[in-house]
Amino acid sequence: MSDGQTNCVKTTCPYCGVGCGVKADAGAKPSGGTTVEVSGDKEHGSNYGLLCSKGSALGETTDLEGRLLQPQVGDKTVDWDSALDVAAKGFKRALDKYGPDRVAFYVSGQLLTEDYYVANKLMKGYIGGANIDTNSRLCMSSAVAGHKRAFGNDIVTGCYEDLEEADLVVLVGSNTAWCHPIVFQRIIRSRKDNPNKKIVTLDPRRTPTAEQSDLHIPLKPGTDVLLFNGLLAYLHQNDKLDAAYISDFTENFDSALNAALSEASDLEAVAAECDVSADDLRQLYEWFADNPKTVTVFSQGVNQSTQGTDKVNSIINCHLGTGRVGKPGASPFSITGQPNAMGGREVGGLANMLAAHMGFDNPQHPKLVQEFWNSPKVAKQPGFKAVEMFDAINDGYIKAVWVMATNPAVSLPNADLVNAALEKCEFVVVSDCMANTDTTRYADVLLPATGWGEKDGTVTNSERRISRQRSFLPKAGDAKPDWWIICEVAKRMGYASGFPYRHQAEIFNEHAALSGYRNAGQRDFDISDLVGISVDEYDGLEPFQWPRVAEVKTTPRMLGDGRFYTPSGKAQFVAVNTEKPAHAVCDEYPLVLNSGRIRDHWHTMTRTGKSPKLSSHLPEPCIQINPAAAAARGIQEDEFVQISSKWGTAAGRARVTKVMRPSEVFMPIHWSETYSANGGVGSVVSPEVDPVSGEPEFKHTPVQLKGMGMGWYGFILSRQPATQYAKKIGERGTDAWVKVKGSQFWRYEFAGSDAIENVEQWARAGFGLGMPEAAASSDELGISIALDDADWIDYRDPSAGVYRAAWIVEDRIEACVFISPTPDLPARSWLASVFAKEELGEQDRQALLLGEAPDPSADVGPIVCSCFGVGKNVIKRAIAEQGCKSAADIGGCLKAGTNCGSCVPELEAILAED
Amino acid sequence: MTDKQKLVVIGNGMAGMRTVEELLEVAPDMYDITVFGAEPHGNYNRIMLSPVLAGEKTLDEIMLNTPEWYAANNITLHTGDPVVDVQRGRRVVVSESGLEVPYDRLLIATGSHPFILPVPGKDLPGVVSFRDAHDVDTMLEAAEEHQHAVVIGGGLLGLEAAHGLQKRGMTVTVVHIFENLMERQLDELSAHLLKQSLEEKGVEFEMGEQTHALLGKKRVEALQFANGRKIPASLVVMAAGVRPNIDLAQQIGLHCERGIVVNDTMQTYDPKIYAVGECVQHRGTCYGLVAPLWDQAKICANHLASHGIGSYAGTVVSTTLKVSGINLFSAGQFNGGEDTESLVYRDPKKQIYKRLVIQDNKLIGAVMYGEAADGAWYFELIQNGTDISAARQKLIFGKAYAEPLLEKIAAAA
Repeated sequence: MSDGQTNCVKTTCPYCGVGCGVKADAGAKPSGGTTVEVSGDKEHGSNYGLLCSKGSALGETTDLEGRLLQPQVGDKTVDWDSALDVAAKGFKRALDKYGPDRVAFYVSGQLLTEDYYVANKLMKGYIGGANIDTNSRLCMSSAVAGHKRAFGNDIVTGCYEDLEEADLVVLVGSNTAWCHPIVFQRIIRSRKDNPNKKIVTLDPRRTPTAEQSDLHIPLKPGTDVLLFNGLLAYLHQNDKLDAAYISDFTENFDSALNAALSEASDLEAVAAECDVSADDLRQLYEWFADNPKTVTVFSQGVNQSTQGTDKVNSIINCHLGTGRVGKPGASPFSITGQPNAMGGREVGGLANMLAAHMGFDNPQHPKLVQEFWNSPKVAKQPGFKAVEMFDAINDGYIKAVWVMATNPAVSLPNADLVNAALEKCEFVVVSDCMANTDTTRYADVLLPATGWGEKDGTVTNSERRISRQRSFLPKAGDAKPDWWIICEVAKRMGYASGFPYRHQAEIFNEHAALSGYRNAGQRDFDISDLVGISVDEYDGLEPFQWPRVAEVKTTPRMLGDGRFYTPSGKAQFVAVNTEKPAHAVCDEYPLVLNSGRIRDHWHTMTRTGKSPKLSSHLPEPCIQINPAAAAARGIQEDEFVQISSKWGTAAGRARVTKVMRPSEVFMPIHWSETYSANGGVGSVVSPEVDPVSGEPEFKHTPVQLKGMGMGWYGFILSRQPATQYAKKIGERGTDAWVKVKGSQFWRYEFAGSDAIENVEQWARAGFGLGMPEAAASSDELGISIALDDADWIDYRDPSAGVYRAAWIVEDRIEACVFISPTPDLPARSWLASVFAKEELGEQDRQALLLGEAPDPSADVGPIVCSCFGVGKNVIKRAIAEQGCKSAADIGGCLKAGTNCGSCVPELEAILAED
Repeated sequence: MTDKQKLVVIGNGMAGMRTVEELLEVAPDMYDITVFGAEPHGNYNRIMLSPVLAGEKTLDEIMLNTPEWYAANNITLHTGDPVVDVQRGRRVVVSESGLEVPYDRLLIATGSHPFILPVPGKDLPGVVSFRDAHDVDTMLEAAEEHQHAVVIGGGLLGLEAAHGLQKRGMTVTVVHIFENLMERQLDELSAHLLKQSLEEKGVEFEMGEQTHALLGKKRVEALQFANGRKIPASLVVMAAGVRPNIDLAQQIGLHCERGIVVNDTMQTYDPKIYAVGECVQHRGTCYGLVAPLWDQAKICANHLASHGIGSYAGTVVSTTLKVSGINLFSAGQFNGGEDTESLVYRDPKKQIYKRLVIQDNKLIGAVMYGEAADGAWYFELIQNGTDISAARQKLIFGKAYAEPLLEKIAAAA
């Protein structure tokens, strides 16, 4: 939708689950290509014009660098017809030969709802299996399962306004400040207006979120259930429960309370077990007890656990016990990771869901769905969840898999196994917008999908708000929308009648129709008010919160009336007791690995890795470790370190910080083999999953940590967009490297264990430069000077193992390389800024090897006294600052003119000038 | 006549006059001073003869002490009248013109002779050395009438002469017996860059060549190498080094080796006789640069004034080249050697090369070409034996970057 005056298009951000409204303005670059300006959409109810660092930098990610632009079969570029035929035949063959439960789709919260809908329909209604699962499994399936157990369906009961309205916001396992920045800003802003408002963060790490909270409780990983059971017990013991609500609207309270009392009736003991201060814990409990307007926000720190679902229910229990569900300023609040994880849940794009919030547990639902679809088949039981799916691929049970818009080779736990599984799978189709991800390399068929700015459909955010994500850029190359690709494959598999869509609005219509089909208030998800909307109406659709039925156009809160979607209509308390994480620490693996996002990167960096701005915040994979744990292992800041678990290893820079508890380490999830050597934490993460939700335990893997004992460290900044470069380094004896996108350059950080024999030759070869013919050589130094050479300057301290060089082309920096035996290399910031310079200044050349901005005082000016190398600028400064009045004074200060004396007349001339 | 003591100075050059200046500073009324100079001028800055040759300065501009100065300081000056004898028993000097002047203290500052290659033709007209104002005049005359200048010697002086003659319009060839220019001050790489720059300025080089003879009838016409090859030469400048001028000292029986041997107070074997400058040999070393003169003059004046404090321990020398547009610096043990470490910076496109030599965390030598602004500071570090480890990786980038780190360490210590 254009807003009339400009080409501005209102769309949504493709990153986290906050789902911010974005205004995008595409313009033509004078040099060809497109510029994209983005700003927050002031009218969007989720962000009211705010945007975080990632959203603000969206314009840097829409270029075509690295994009997949043509279909490929094997190594060959082919036309769409051929590629679709191969994809359809491959699936058809596997389906005919092995059956519907032997093929799988692994999809993504990055898909739009319409894409998701047809993928789910193809798998569950036409192929007839349920092996469609999504990367949302990795982030919020425990919340889904917890919601279903408590409310009878997957419902987020509140909205972002509740976070502002609440007097107490408890953030559990959520680095909201970094991972959902706009939600966090809304919370922080509302605290300014409400002096009584309190923010409490429960997180083992002292995150930026914790820093800005009124109270941080750094609980021991895995003790969440105990802590919330302690809260339920406290509320009971202090008579703070809402007895009327409990009796009117809930069931199973007694067993839940008994379970809580059985392990958490003594606050001091709970505090000790959670390894937190009893006073702090009491403070939290008191605040919770005294503030009817309390929202408990929970995220991956809760969900990504082998007891994730129980943790969710332990939180919901406390809200049910106080009647704080779906009321203004009072709700449990699951905040999702991805832009359309919720949309995926709504269409049923998970192995244990069917469609439109219908499931397999109700025997009527498969019938109903098949009837609506008029499909030849319908899945009748759940399929493989994400981790199981890749286990099944690895075991050879699943013969064909289609990965859409996600990068499981990096993001799944036990990633080494995932890579092995994809390697051996008989038939792998990958549709993605990027050409080279760690997953695309396993594809038999590679299908180019449209990316953000090109694709068009709807998404649902964490507060059930459905917004249009609109296209404002032409499709890149031959890229096609995911829904189109799926429908074309479906047609070629013989299912043309089920996939006749000409426009995504038709899919949305069908989706809306299914949500209302024989619903009559039975099912929560209902947007049937929108059935029959035209393409134009769809195009102009304003954001709204579902359900949306004829009489209610938007629904900020749900379940506040105490009516639930359980068979009895009452909310269910769930009795939960603390269970230990699947794997305990041991002598061999004494530390607990926690993993998560950083502020400025998204998932596996296939898009944010293109943005210089976003890559500058935390540019490298790092491993955070407490100072005591680092000292015990002799690990220094900036050293390359390796973490290892039973499942694999990963490497990164040591960041020694008190943010970490003593026996825990943290590593970001974003890095892949595309951007680093062994920087992917997925290889280390335990593949154990929650028995209810199937969500993996990303937050608790026993690991060991050791320094990699690198013999040397280095970095390169290079104007060349050299994707091969890192490989070259790897081949050339480096043991660790990271690639970072900068503004007009690529940065490579690396290290190696064995010394480089001829460092100059090595460095030049990396840029494709040979050694020049020497005009003069020094045998002693082992170096020479050449007449006819690239403009290559260098500095070396061979006995210290230091080498620095810069390559200059047409008076601009082309590349520079720094090598040192220790990680304390010069900061990259100034060097990075030099790439923007059209011309190097006189002082800049040498500063390139110094690695820092030239000091203006280092510019001595033209030399006046050549005996003592005193320049005119220095003399003028001495005259001005030290009051020199004669040549003799200058001599006294600077020695100038006191040796051969030939410059004395010039000194006098300079004195006369002043 | 007064009852002041009598000081006679033999040699009206930079070393002798600097000593007199220092003496006037500390003991203005102690001596009646008489100065004998072989040259017909006042005291001029001999190092600045190169810019005079190159036309960048005039002789007037390089005068250090004018006749008025001598008068104002009550110094009796005899120019163009060399001393031919000293009767040590009578404590009297005798000049060529027959003047006899008695002394209580005698200061010898006779400087050095240019080394003249003992080859056939060395006495032909058109063969000159580069030592004094007269030599410069000879060269300037030659430049008016002749085309082909050959400079024998690719050292400091030879290159300055070559540059000057080239600026005066002559084609200049430098003949050097070694493969590298200024081999006593530069290493291979800096020497190469220097040669390259001078070649770009138009100077030609014959490297590794030995001069066999100078050929010509009335005037020198060609130079012949040991291998028989000849090159045209209408002016030949001998700039193959200097020898201390000890003729008079030897004649009067003062102990000499290569130079007049002096102790740490600049006193010769005759306690009444002092010596300073290029004619002396101190602790086995004869100097040919200006910095040691200043140090020696200060010490010598102190002792002539009977203050009796201070002793001369020798001077660590550094080199700069007075060729406009060429920045060059060298000091200390710039060529490395066993148990030394080198830091090297190269920027061949801008013709910059720097090498710092380190031993036991101390700077012991430096050679810089193309950019020499920090030479003096490095020289200071060498002389002070400063521990540079705190600033090692910034050292080569100069004082502005490295000094703060060294100061921080010094402050902490």
